Amino acid sequence: MLNQIAQAIVLGGYYALIACGLSFMLSVMRVINLAHGSLLVLGGYFLWYLGEHYEISPFVGLLALVPLLALVGWALQRFLLERSARGGELLPILTTFGLSIVLDNLLFEQFGADTRSLAPYIGDLAWDSFELPGDIFVGKIGVLTLVAAIVLLGGLQLFLSRTGTGKAIRATAEDPDTAGIVGIDARKASAIASAIAVGSIGIASAALGMRATFDAYAGGAQLLFAFEATIIGGAGSLWGTLIGGIVLALAQTAGAAIHPQGFLIGGHLAFIFVLFARFFFLPGDFTYRLRRIAGLAK
Amino acid sequence: MTLLSIENLDVRYGQFKAVRSVSLKVGAGEVVAIIGANGAGKTTLLRTLAGAIRPAGGRILFKGEDVTAMSAYERVKSGMVLVPEGRRLFARMTVEENLELGGLVKRGGDWSVERIFSIFPNLVKRRHARTGTLSGGEQQATAIGRALMTNPDVVFFDEISLGLSPLVVDQVYASLAELLKSGVTVVLVEQDLKRAMAVAGRAVCMLEGQVVLDRPMPETTRDEITEAYFGLKRGQSLGGAH
Repeated sequence: MLNQIAQAIVLGGYYALIACGLSFMLSVMRVINLAHGSLLVLGGYFLWYLGEHYEISPFVGLLALVPLLALVGWALQRFLLERSARGGELLPILTTFGLSIVLDNLLFEQFGADTRSLAPYIGDLAWDSFELPGDIFVGKIGVLTLVAAIVLLGGLQLFLSRTGTGKAIRATAEDPDTAGIVGIDARKASAIASAIAVGSIGIASAALGMRATFDAYAGGAQLLFAFEATIIGGAGSLWGTLIGGIVLALAQTAGAAIHPQGFLIGGHLAFIFVLFARFFFLPGDFTYRLRRIAGLAK
Repeated sequence: MTLLSIENLDVRYGQFKAVRSVSLKVGAGEVVAIIGANGAGKTTLLRTLAGAIRPAGGRILFKGEDVTAMSAYERVKSGMVLVPEGRRLFARMTVEENLELGGLVKRGGDWSVERIFSIFPNLVKRRHARTGTLSGGEQQATAIGRALMTNPDVVFFDEISLGLSPLVVDQVYASLAELLKSGVTVVLVEQDLKRAMAVAGRAVCMLEGQVVLDRPMPETTRDEITEAYFGLKRGQSLGGAH
């Protein structure tokens, strides 16, 4: 039992890590980035390519991947989201959905249907584990992922609350027009927020490739887990994302304990339960409550 | 010295012309009150000056530079700032954070969070409170403080007494008098004629989008302002023509 809980917490750290960028974009830009999973897989392929062709460790590869993805995030905001946002709040979501299809198919065309992993490039870390009291073993890569999630979420929280740029991003998220009359360049603040959100996906890409295998169409499942962790933790809350990830993993573990096929169902049930509970306890009309849960309303 | 010059400014909302060929000069250190009835175009004019609305025609010159095409945030960087109607604070951020946002412009100057608190001492104990939880007067003080934190050359105040109790308005205007001593230029939109006349050195009255009166305050009688305010002909009273 304790072992299962420990494994679930470690898995929850992974979910929190992959949800971090999605949650950040949702909380500060009110955009559900449906290309999140595809960008995650794209990052995985980038690291795999560096390892396969240049024998570069994924940890070193991250030094290039994170800035590159940040640049992608900046361009995504400037050239796609900013323009599509003029057509209403649903259009950016549709835009990211279109982008995910394009990315998935480009990756499939380039790399085919074979699954890849970063495990061959990280040595013993891929399978080594820590032994805890009570004969509990937790994988080193899982612990590293959990620590990375805590550091990343904590860092982002500190960045938003303590730095001028972070405050400008929060102000822009709340009211971009008023941000302008206070002297904040709302376009720049949104582009920086998008760069941070997408840049952080790089770290999740490394975690994905190190602990499992992936293929061109693996993004959909990753997006689903990230979205469930974000919503369970409360859309718009970064620390909530960590809790959401752990709750999701605990529910999946409980599901698997009940039935061998119950792993995914357990997670989905937890997600639906939280969704309905929030919906019934939130004030306001039907549409407002739906938008609040999705993080699209304040 | 002319700080702000407005030349033949037109502002439209679709087919409706809210501001029509308005020309105005504001000197450094001047306090100008723009008065007029509801719908006269005062707020539209102020929001256009602050860059929140794009004009359909005309020019805005600030310190001799054409700022007509500048965005709102660029105008703040150049020294113009708006205290908007309804305060428009960031409700999920604290008083201190709202003030610090103004300081992000980094224009250099004497205004600091502590100086704002010295003018508005009632904010000190609320500095870590979210602005959504403040009273109307505290919110107005925060909005004024946030604008001052940009170290502006000119401040546009839009209806600072709107929605506040008379006692709170007294406090806000007392603080306003304090900040005027610093020599900042002020353009004030106000429906409360008495208060506007008490602080301003010049009255500009707008009617249906146009400037119908522009005179130094000491030379302007209350009757002249009332006539311009309501669009009455000389000698005509609100009760009917004499």
